[in-house]
Amino acid sequence: MGTSFGRGGATTFQQDLQNSDCIMIMGSNMAENHPVGFQWVMEARERGARVIHVDPRFTRTSAMADLHVPIRAGSDIAFLGGIINYILQNDRAFKEYVVNYTNGPVILKDEFQDTEDLDGMFSGWHEDKGGYTFETWQYKGMDLHGAAGQREGESALAEREPFQQREDALENGEPPHMDKTLQDPRCIYQIIKRHYSRYTPEMAAKICGIRPKQLIEVAEALCSNSGRDRTSNIAYSVAWTQHTFGVQMIRAAAIIQLLLGNIGRPGGGIMALRGHASIQGSTDIPTLFNILPGYIPMPHAKAHHNLAHFIESEGAKTGFWGNLDKYTVSLLKAWYGDHATENNEYCFPLLPRISGDHSAYRSAMAAIDGKLKGYFICGENPAVGNANAGLHRRALASLEWLVVRDFHEIESAAFWYDSPEIESGELETEAIPTEVFWMPAAAHTEKDGSFTNTQRLLQWHHKAVEPQGDARSELWFYYHLGKRIKHKIQAQDEPWADAIRWLTWDYPTKGEIEEPDAHMVLREINGWDSEGKALSSYTQLKADGSTVCGCWIYCGCYKDELNQTARRKPHTQQTWVAPEWGWAWPADRRLLYNRASADPDGKPWSARKAYVWWDSVKEQWTGYDVPDFEKTKKPGYVPPSGAKREEAIAGWHPFIMQDDGLGWLFVPNGVVDGPLPTYFEPHESPVKNALYGVQSNPARQVFPRKFNEYNPSPSEQHGDVFPFVLYTYRLTEHHTAGGMSRTVPHLSELQPELFCEVSPELAQLRGLRHGDWATIYNVRAVIEARVMVTSRVQPIRMNGKVLHSVGLPYHWGSRGIVTGDTTNDLLHIALDPNVHIQETKGLTCDIRPGRRPRGKARKTFLDEVRAKAYMETRV
Amino acid sequence: MTAFIDLTQLPSLTSAEAEAATYGARRQQRMGFFTDTTLCIGCKACEVACKEWNELPQDGYNFTGMSYDNTGELNGYTWRHVAFVEQFDRTDGKPHPEHPSTTLRTGSGRWLMESDVCKHCTHAACLDVCPTGAIIRSEFGTVVIQEDVCNGCGYCVVACPFGVITEQTQEGTMGKCTLCYDRLKVGEEPACAKACPTDSIQFGEVDELRERAERRLQQVHQRFDGAQLYLTSENDGIGGGGSMWLLLDKPEVYGLPPDPIVATKYLPQMWKAAGIAMGALAATVVLATLAGKRA
Repeated sequence: MGTSFGRGGATTFQQDLQNSDCIMIMGSNMAENHPVGFQWVMEARERGARVIHVDPRFTRTSAMADLHVPIRAGSDIAFLGGIINYILQNDRAFKEYVVNYTNGPVILKDEFQDTEDLDGMFSGWHEDKGGYTFETWQYKGMDLHGAAGQREGESALAEREPFQQREDALENGEPPHMDKTLQDPRCIYQIIKRHYSRYTPEMAAKICGIRPKQLIEVAEALCSNSGRDRTSNIAYSVAWTQHTFGVQMIRAAAIIQLLLGNIGRPGGGIMALRGHASIQGSTDIPTLFNILPGYIPMPHAKAHHNLAHFIESEGAKTGFWGNLDKYTVSLLKAWYGDHATENNEYCFPLLPRISGDHSAYRSAMAAIDGKLKGYFICGENPAVGNANAGLHRRALASLEWLVVRDFHEIESAAFWYDSPEIESGELETEAIPTEVFWMPAAAHTEKDGSFTNTQRLLQWHHKAVEPQGDARSELWFYYHLGKRIKHKIQAQDEPWADAIRWLTWDYPTKGEIEEPDAHMVLREINGWDSEGKALSSYTQLKADGSTVCGCWIYCGCYKDELNQTARRKPHTQQTWVAPEWGWAWPADRRLLYNRASADPDGKPWSARKAYVWWDSVKEQWTGYDVPDFEKTKKPGYVPPSGAKREEAIAGWHPFIMQDDGLGWLFVPNGVVDGPLPTYFEPHESPVKNALYGVQSNPARQVFPRKFNEYNPSPSEQHGDVFPFVLYTYRLTEHHTAGGMSRTVPHLSELQPELFCEVSPELAQLRGLRHGDWATIYNVRAVIEARVMVTSRVQPIRMNGKVLHSVGLPYHWGSRGIVTGDTTNDLLHIALDPNVHIQETKGLTCDIRPGRRPRGKARKTFLDEVRAKAYMETRV
Repeated sequence: MTAFIDLTQLPSLTSAEAEAATYGARRQQRMGFFTDTTLCIGCKACEVACKEWNELPQDGYNFTGMSYDNTGELNGYTWRHVAFVEQFDRTDGKPHPEHPSTTLRTGSGRWLMESDVCKHCTHAACLDVCPTGAIIRSEFGTVVIQEDVCNGCGYCVVACPFGVITEQTQEGTMGKCTLCYDRLKVGEEPACAKACPTDSIQFGEVDELRERAERRLQQVHQRFDGAQLYLTSENDGIGGGGSMWLLLDKPEVYGLPPDPIVATKYLPQMWKAAGIAMGALAATVVLATLAGKRA
């Protein structure tokens, strides 16, 4: 999302779905996992919208849809590429939108070579380093920076000099070489047309295991419900992100929505549905290793020696990322207060540096290898919830110390005496060195704070009751932990101690337990000016140290000294946009890039789809939402040559975070596995890639090692040892790894046991009986589940064969009221190279009737399975 | 024999006049539920909200295998129950490569979901048969069990044509939906309706809900095969429900009786027959006695 449009968040809000004429839900089981937001899909359906669900399984979402298309798990890019091809071959793009608002007309450098030229690879591949560099993906006569995504030099190519954007390349606000007739074979529109030319309905149908007319029906529904007078929405969630090419799936949706002119318009957009409460917030104010608050990159040990160099290499010259210096200095002022001065680079040298990929999976493997000693687990249950949960349990069992903060003694706190490895004798309690500190946590009803939901909306929650016993909020825990660390470090002489000693850490506390005032934390995130008054917008931030702001994109959430996130005016008492409910980043805009809801002249594309437009009398942008554009910048504004920052963005370019203000059909900088989505098979797949010689995403991250073995792939070329597709999912009745639902009687009784969903055909093939037990296994694990034979799961025809799948929810573990085997033990760790997210939605397995082997027999069974798998591989 | 005469008037005890006589000015509009299954997404929020509000315990961690329904049925501790019905039968017409005599199914099919609850019948058999007066018709026209009066005799269990009521085994009393009587008293809607994210469960005045149900049927009958109303008619065997449904198939598909009849409907005739029989018996005894004396 960030690389296509400029910001890493949903482009719209769930209430806006009611305005859609067609909603395609794909990679999401919205009705089950977002039942409250799903009311707006139902509202759209009531108003006559077409609702389409594309998903391997017939779920509660499919039950509500007008059309369900059961594709093979992991084949999404073939399907989406098929839609793109349909749009381009049938000339169905919204041309006026594409020509003015996207980089479709831009001519690329001559050096660029497509996957059609290189059988699945783009130009710029470095075999020795296993990654791409971006030079050949640039516009002709202009190098781009990109608003989001990865810079070169971060992971695989860490040794290289960071990529530099050339200055002053835009001419009158536009890239220097464009063909607005979209005819030039080197223009992006034509390059995309060629890239997807083999993604015909027949090819997509073959890969996805559907019929060509099913693809055509979906493509036609999207095309006929897009244009001046109509808009379509695409909604996705973690079933797109959890792949070794997850970012590319979302990119493919972005291409469709840009070609059809659906971004920035009511009823349009891409609705990114997040995994659970405040996951959006946890990337905005990140728990991630590689970004600072507000998506500012984390400084790199080798690349960023000083502040000036950091701003130079990470900031853009044009667009709002041209203000990186203001955002960074204001953040440093929030953290280091008066200690941060111009003379000491505002304490920039004190920030920790990254030296590569330090994501959760790498960290777990480092723990097993003895390179990581301690771990904090908060609101997470990796022993059940993470991919290859068995590896994580071994990681926990390798630590010196572990802190778990949760309501209950979850599996991640009890692994040292209660786990499959203890049961089988592979691990012994006496031999596990980990000292576990289990700390009771306060629930959201027991503390003040905010959630940032899936649509970037901050909503405040007030404490209803005091936490019981020793339970404490996260804020309390980290604040007081920080104070103790500061106290201990006070006497240290080393210069590194200043990094902690100088931190401002002075939130006022309340009550007997000295709970820090969450309002004051929010106020610091919002920031204040030189007089200490709350700021109202990030445009007020300065790079001279006179402003303080903990997260620039949240600036304005404490505007006028009021907690804007606590606003609760019901939607029945205001417009459907409900601007007085909570507060959305950025600048309280609910629908992003909404300049695009008007035509280049600033007039609504149609009366029916009016949202934000140019008021030529008042000479400003106006409408139902806060305009996502400089309020008084005229639609016809032509930037003077050499203009910098936002002044370089033309009045008809709606994507203000991008260097060129355009929606990126083609991403020259920011996506490490290619500028255009390309079909690859999942890391473990039953079949061969039908489109290219390259089987799987060449840039994916794999970790072949003990405890993370991979099944031979494609199975059809390795004796079909694991012939079935395995995918995992959630149920409405449970919450992720179960810590908050398997402990609640009223939820546990609704889904008391782990089950596997199989088709009647597979049941017949393997002798599985409804309600009995089945054993599901691959080289990593063996688990058992009750059998749910259901026609909602369908085998598919592929290459003249029938391909079966096994679906497994993943909520169970050994603790709680209802228990069961841990599905995620079957998963491997193979990651998307951009965001390091695991592949959980398309793997391979086998299944047989009956209960799994127990005790020592479990290990013996797995040893035999592995021996057979790898023997077949050698053949 | 005055008791017999009263019993023949049984249905009128539940009539509007009887309620007016009982509650006078305190009588409210009759309230109920309209459950529109075209909008139900099967999230079970109604089940959880009901148990939370009414402080009902879990009643068994049992995997039933009945689609996603592990609740099974309404009972003393479960006052809302979401039924799941899988309807998939169409095939692609081509021979199955592994089993040539069969074919592969296509993507089309239906998964019906319906939230079931006490019907709050106009003619409520449970109320009719309750010997202790524990079951009453409230001022909202709903049928409510007063747990502190109930002696657990179980007559209502067998009287209910829908199988709604069973014993609350821990307390020994009978339990069922009260339409959140305590919430209605303070002007709040029932917990299930409040929690329903898609407004499949709608709470309101019964007369208005019946009209709404008719309108909704007109609106959707072309879009949904088999759409039909359930318990909206005053002329059915229970005099219409305080709870009513828009279903997408026959009631029996959801496990609902297609033609429910209040169990006490034939009670007057039965009592009459019994009375005649008793009269005949008494006459026979008298005659026999007289005859015996004569002999």
